[in-house]
Amino acid sequence: MSVVPAEVLPGAARADGNRAADAENGTRAVAGLGPRARLWPALAAVYRAQLSRARVARIPLLFVATFQSVGIMVLMRGVVDGGDEARAVVAGSSVLVVAFVALNLLAQYFGQLRASGGLDHYATLPVPPAAIVLGAAAAYASFTVPGTLVTAVVGSVLFGLPLTHLWILAAVIPLAGAALAGLGAALGLLAPRPELATLLGQLGMSAALLLGVLPPDRLPTVVQYARDLLPSTYGVEAFGLTFEANPDWGVVLLDLAVCAGVGVASLAVATWAYRRAAVR
Amino acid sequence: MCAVRDLTKTYPAVRGRRGAPGTPEVRATDGVGLDIRKGEIFGLLGPNGAGKTTLVRQLTGLMRPDRGSVEILGHDIVRHPERAARILAYLGQESTALDELTVSLASETTGRLRGLDVRSARAERDSVLEELGLTALASRPLKKLSGGQRRLACFATTLVGARPLLVLDEPTTGMDPVARRAVWGAVDRRRAEHGTTVLLVTHNVIEAETVLDRVAVLDRGRVIACDTPSGLKEQVAGEVRLELVWRERAPLDVPEVAALRDRAVESGRLWSLRLSPEEARAAVGAVTGGAAFAALDDFTLATPSLEDVYLALGGSAGNVRGLVKA
Repeated sequence: MSVVPAEVLPGAARADGNRAADAENGTRAVAGLGPRARLWPALAAVYRAQLSRARVARIPLLFVATFQSVGIMVLMRGVVDGGDEARAVVAGSSVLVVAFVALNLLAQYFGQLRASGGLDHYATLPVPPAAIVLGAAAAYASFTVPGTLVTAVVGSVLFGLPLTHLWILAAVIPLAGAALAGLGAALGLLAPRPELATLLGQLGMSAALLLGVLPPDRLPTVVQYARDLLPSTYGVEAFGLTFEANPDWGVVLLDLAVCAGVGVASLAVATWAYRRAAVR
Repeated sequence: MCAVRDLTKTYPAVRGRRGAPGTPEVRATDGVGLDIRKGEIFGLLGPNGAGKTTLVRQLTGLMRPDRGSVEILGHDIVRHPERAARILAYLGQESTALDELTVSLASETTGRLRGLDVRSARAERDSVLEELGLTALASRPLKKLSGGQRRLACFATTLVGARPLLVLDEPTTGMDPVARRAVWGAVDRRRAEHGTTVLLVTHNVIEAETVLDRVAVLDRGRVIACDTPSGLKEQVAGEVRLELVWRERAPLDVPEVAALRDRAVESGRLWSLRLSPEEARAAVGAVTGGAAFAALDDFTLATPSLEDVYLALGGSAGNVRGLVKA
C-alpha cells in the first residue's frame, strides 16, 4: 500500500467509507498531488511549441495562402474599378489569409490530433483545457500576420488605396483570428472523423473566400444574409472601412466588437469540445 | 499504491455500414481487479486486443469505466479523473502531439505543462536528455527521427517533471538494445532514488520476464493470472516447449506427426507444442528420424516461457500469436 507523504490532502479528498476495507492496514493514505500548470504559463508554453511546429511544417502553406490572396486580387482588378468594390476586394483577400490558416489549418490540425489519439498527451498533463485551445489558436493567428500584411500592402498598391490606416490590422488580425481560430478549433474537435474536420475547414475557407472577397452589392440577397453570419465578414468590413478618407470609426469598432464576441464564444465552445474529446 | 476493483468497460456494438460489416458489443475490460505496490514494476501482458490499452486509459483518467473503481495513492480516479495527471506520467502509443517539435522543445514544453517553471523545466530537460543519450538529437524534430529514437524522445518527455507513477504503454517498441537499456536504466534509477512505481503495458514476453516484478496476464478483458514471472512459470514447470519448423508443410502422412498436430499451435510453418519431458523426447525422436526429418527445417526444445503460461491459463490459442518474443 501507499506510504503517507509529508503533505496529506484534507479529508475531502478521501474515498467513500465502504471501500475502506480495501486498505490493508486500515489507514487510508492520500498522497499530495503534483503541481498543476497555471493558465498563463501553460498557454505561453503551448503557444511557443505551436509556433515552432508551424515554422517547421506550415511555411509552404503560408506561401500558398498569400499567393492565393494576391492572385485573387490580380484577377479581380479586371472586374472592379476602384471605389467601394476595390476596398472590399483588398480587405476580403487580406482576411482570407487569416481564414486559410486559422480556420482551415487549425480545423485540420485538431481533427487529426483527435483522431490519432494525440490529444492523450495533453489530456494526461495537468493543464487547463483553455491553455491548449487558446495557445494553439493564438499561434495559428500569429502565423497569419506576415501573409496578411503582404496581401494588404500589395492590394493597396495594386488598387491605389491609401496605406494610412493599415495599422488597423493590429486589431483586425487578432480579433478576426480569434473568431476564425475558435471556429476552426471547434470544428476540428467536434468532427467525428478527421476527413470531416478537413472538409468543414475547407468549406469555411471557401465561404470566407466567396462571401468576403466578392463585393457584397453584387451578391443575391440570400447570400448576403449568409455573409452576415460569417464572422470573417465583420473583420473584412472593419478593415475595408478604414480605406476611406474619413472612416466611420464607430462602425469599425462595432464590427471589431462582433469579431471579439464571436471569438470569445467560439473559443469557449472549442474549449468545451476539447474537454469532451479528451475524456471519452 | 494503485488499487483497481471490478473495472468494466463495454464498447457498444457498431452497426454495419454499406460495404463494412458491423462489430458486436465488446467488453474491453471485464471486472478487472489489480493491486499495484509502491516501487514495483508491474506489467500488463497480453496480445493485441486483450484490453491492455483500454485498462490503462481508464487508470489514467482518459476513459470513464462503466463500472468499478480506480484508486491511485488514495485518490479516486473515476470520480476525479483530472487528478490522474498530477499523480502519474503517461507514455501513450501515439506521438502525433509532439511529432513536429524538436526533441528539446517537446521535453521542455511537456515539463512546463506538468507545472514546472521555465528554469526547472529546462534543467530537467537537459538532465533527462543527457541521461537517455539524446543530447546529440536535441535540436532535431521528432518526425525526422527513426521509430526507436522517436519513442525514446517521447519517453524522455514522460520523465520531465517527476511523478510517483509512470504508466508506459509499450515504451520500447522499435528500439534497439542500446535505447532499451537507456529506458530500463532510467526507470531503475528513479525506483532506487524516489521509489517510483511503474505500470508497463507489453506484449513482449521476454521483456515481461526480464524487467517485471509482477505481471497480470490479460485475455479478452479479464485478468487470468497475476504473480511474479517466476511464480507464473512454476505453474507450467513440469512442461517443456517444443517448436518445429517445417520446410514446406508438415508431413501429415507420418502418423506420429499427425498425432502431434492436435496439440500444436500452428503459425505458418511453425508448430509450437507444450509437452511433458517424456512426450517431448518421444516427439523429438519421431521427427528427427525417418520420413519426418526430411520435411523438418529446424526444431528447438526450451523451458517454458510466459507464453506457455498464457496458454496453460486458458488464454486463447488463436491469441497467443499476438505475443512477441524479441
